[in-house]
Amino acid sequence: MRFGADEPLMMDAGVALSPWQIAYQTYGTLNADRSNAVLICHALTGDQHVANDNPVTAKPGWWLPMVGPGRPVDTNRFFVICANVIGGCMGTTGPASINPATGEPYALDFPVVTVRDMVRAQAALIERLGIETLFCVVGGSMGGMQVLQWAVTYPDRVFAALPIATAARHSAQNIAFHEVGRQAVMADPEWRRGRYLVEGTRPSKGLAVARMGAHITYLSEMALHRKFGRNFQDRSAPTFSFDADFQIESYLRYQGISFVERFDANSYLYVTRAMDYFDLAAEHGGSLAKAFKGSATRFCVISFTSDWLFPTSDSRAIVHALNAAAASVAFVEVESDKGHDAFLLDEPEMFAAARGFIDGAARARGIA
Amino acid sequence: MTAAALPATDSESGHRLDFLLVADMVEPGSRVLDIGCGDGSLLALLRDRKGVDGRGIEISREGVNACLTKGLAVIQGDADTDLADYPDDAFDYVILSQTIQATRQPRVVLEHLLRIGRRAIVSFPNFGHWRVRFDLGIRGRMPVTENMPYSWYDTPNIHFCTIRDFVELCREVGAQMEKAVALNAAGQPMRMTLPWWAWNLLGDQGVFLLKRR
Repeated sequence: MRFGADEPLMMDAGVALSPWQIAYQTYGTLNADRSNAVLICHALTGDQHVANDNPVTAKPGWWLPMVGPGRPVDTNRFFVICANVIGGCMGTTGPASINPATGEPYALDFPVVTVRDMVRAQAALIERLGIETLFCVVGGSMGGMQVLQWAVTYPDRVFAALPIATAARHSAQNIAFHEVGRQAVMADPEWRRGRYLVEGTRPSKGLAVARMGAHITYLSEMALHRKFGRNFQDRSAPTFSFDADFQIESYLRYQGISFVERFDANSYLYVTRAMDYFDLAAEHGGSLAKAFKGSATRFCVISFTSDWLFPTSDSRAIVHALNAAAASVAFVEVESDKGHDAFLLDEPEMFAAARGFIDGAARARGIA
Repeated sequence: MTAAALPATDSESGHRLDFLLVADMVEPGSRVLDIGCGDGSLLALLRDRKGVDGRGIEISREGVNACLTKGLAVIQGDADTDLADYPDDAFDYVILSQTIQATRQPRVVLEHLLRIGRRAIVSFPNFGHWRVRFDLGIRGRMPVTENMPYSWYDTPNIHFCTIRDFVELCREVGAQMEKAVALNAAGQPMRMTLPWWAWNLLGDQGVFLLKRR
């Protein structure tokens, strides 16, 4: 969906971005009342291909257990929309897009993006699609941040909100991890101060290291131990070298290498920055309860026991604020040893909770 | 946290008799918090019959999931730790059904109830019932009854009290009793004209409607 010079995206950085475009996928059919639209918000390195094969990686959609026919977000019942975030690299305008002022990719001339900018861009898309109110907004991690932002920025346009494994603000520890990742990208000589596309290089090594570090934070010590332990990779003894002797090393290297094939390094800088800047309470005098005041949206918050990146205490802070704001909120902590990544994996308890919440909300909304 | 096993139900509607009694105490259209709401049966009853705006706290994941499928707003949490998060006067009624005996600090919980809600409704198994006294006094064994189905070593019920004990606690925390009902073993309310000692001896459970003084 393209937005021309007459419809700039007003960004928090004080820039009117124009022209801009947003890439999205839809599944299912919008009903006559236009009341069955569900928006899925993707996480840091996700994209709009939530329930179809990814055209870049040829891998299945990233949230197939959650979104599809007969799934909790049932594409037979709901009109499901998923859009690439602003600043991303899968078709929505981002640092790799051409800057009309120079005819070259924006690179670091692209304005710094916030989660609110992402949500504003989605709102423009939703409006263009002729949808006034979203039945439900769903997302995990950075997707969950967008869900919360939607509920705060457009309270009348969100009937139900399902933020998963997320927080109302990014913690110091998480900002720290992101900074390490960004420094890895920027330390790569091929990064060329962000102008690698023009100069014909690729900061693959830096981005791969960033992904390796980040990937550890998505798992848990228990999951790593269960999956890899101290097992050797294709060998029975250490080689007394810096080869990937251990399975975990080999796994992380693979994660790093495959990531750079599908993700733009500058997008990684911009989208991690958006998460760092996220602090919902800050827009409301430091009170999260104030942010949700008067909200008629019904919320369901889900966290995972072994998620140390977005721990249950972060979710409880959201629940606490929603309670203080007298909002309707359900909360469940799912037992899992899979860490933050659990929200993307096969977690029957999460699906049961999501299904129960969405079905209950659909009844209240009068969706067949 | 609910301790009751196979509680008496209304033969027509299938609803638990103690739930129907609680429902009678609640004004239509009010805001209700049910602490230890289990599978949400009482909240669903209150929503469907009384049109209340209901919320719940439940410690078990299975319970929370059952509530979610009923479309109820229920938080996985613990009465002992999470009530402090709720603002004053947030609800018209706060209900603690068959749960107070399983809390670590019943007095603190009761004080929170009276702070969060304009009114509190508390029901609990009566440890002064004659069968309990018989088991303990004559047989010399910890009582195991329909209402208290656990053995001493696996019971979640760590703070049993009698109806008289509870009345005394209400006095101590400055709670005004607007209504007090004792249910017999069949789940039927006992006659109001009976004296306290009879309630305490024959009542299987007590149900109280309380108000901050």
